[in-house]
Amino acid sequence: MTGAAALDAIDRRILNEFQDGLPLTPRPFAWMAQRLGVTEDEVLRRLQRLQRGGQVSRVGAVFRPHSIGASTLAAMAVPPERLEAVADRVSRFPGVNHNYEREHRYNLWFVVTAPDEIRLADVLDALERETGLPLLRLPMLESFRLNLGFHMRWN
Amino acid sequence: MELKLPRHALNASSQAARVPLGTRDLELVAAIQDGLPLCPRPYAAVGRRLGMTEAEVMDRLAALQRQGVIHRLGVIVRHRALGYRANAMVVWDVPDEEVGELGRLFAQQPFITLCYRRPRRGRAWPYNLFCMIHGRDRAEVRRRLGDMIRTLGLEDLPHAVLFSRRCFKQCGARYLPTEPAPAGTRHGHARTG
Repeated sequence: MTGAAALDAIDRRILNEFQDGLPLTPRPFAWMAQRLGVTEDEVLRRLQRLQRGGQVSRVGAVFRPHSIGASTLAAMAVPPERLEAVADRVSRFPGVNHNYEREHRYNLWFVVTAPDEIRLADVLDALERETGLPLLRLPMLESFRLNLGFHMRWN
Repeated sequence: MELKLPRHALNASSQAARVPLGTRDLELVAAIQDGLPLCPRPYAAVGRRLGMTEAEVMDRLAALQRQGVIHRLGVIVRHRALGYRANAMVVWDVPDEEVGELGRLFAQQPFITLCYRRPRRGRAWPYNLFCMIHGRDRAEVRRRLGDMIRTLGLEDLPHAVLFSRRCFKQCGARYLPTEPAPAGTRHGHARTG
C-alpha cells in the first residue's frame, strides 16, 4: 500500500480540495489543472495513479441515499470462525458495499443497495438464507449529516 | 438525559424525498456510478456510450444536483489508504423526543462525517442515533469522542463504540446494474487495511 508519505503536495491538494465541486463544463480536469498550476494531462495522470494505488476510489458522484433506489445498513453477528467466509459471501452479493468487520457482537456491517424496496428485501432475505444468520436491518430514517468528505491534515 | 443546548438555526438535510427519475437519467446514473472516465472530455465520453450529447450529459447532471439526487461531485477518496486508518461507528440510545436535537448537534462537529437516525431493533439493538468518527488512529478517535461527550454533557447517555477492524469491500453505492449484464455478474473486492 502506498502511504500518505509517498504523496507530494499536488497529490494532497487533489485529494483534499476537489472532493466536491467538479464543474459541469466540457473539460473539468483542465479546470482542476488551472487551479493546481499544472497541465490537464498531469492531472489525469495523477488521478489515474491515485486510483490504481487505491487512494482514490473514483472521480464522480455521490448519490443521496433514498433519492434513487433503496438501501439499508445491515449487520450480522457472525461466529468468529466463520467471519472470513461469511464476509466473502456477503461481498459477492450484488449491491453490497462498505462491508466492514467491526468490534462488537454484531461484527459484520455492510450497506445493501437495490433499484427498489422489493428487490432490496429480496437481497436481504437471500443473504439470510445463504448465510443462515439473521440480519439486523437498519435503514436510514433521517439524515442529519451526509458524508461530504473531509479535509485531511498531513503533518 | 436533558440537553441544555442552544437550538441552532438548523439547515441539515433530513429525509430526502424520492425523486422519480426518467429512463435516460437512470441510464446516466448507471453509467457514472463507478466514476467518470479519466479523459479530457469525460462528459462527452459518457454521452457517446449513451447516445447523448456532451451538453445533454452536463445538463442532466446539473438537474440531478439541483434535485439533490447528486449531493457531491468530485474526487472520492479512500480514507484508509491515506493514513486515516481508524474509524468508529458510535451508536447512541437517545430518547426519541431528543434524537433530532442531538443529531443536529452531532452534525455540526467537524470530525463527524455521517450522522443518521435509524430504527431500534428490540433488546438486541437499542441504539437509534449513529455517527461516524474518523481519525488517523484509535487514540485520536477516542480523544475526539471523549471531548464531544464532555462538551455536550453526554456522560449518562448509553452508547457503544464500534471500531472497524477490516474492510472487506468498499465501493460507492451501486443502485443500478452498470450494464445490462447477465445475472450473477460479480463485482470485484477492494481490500484495504
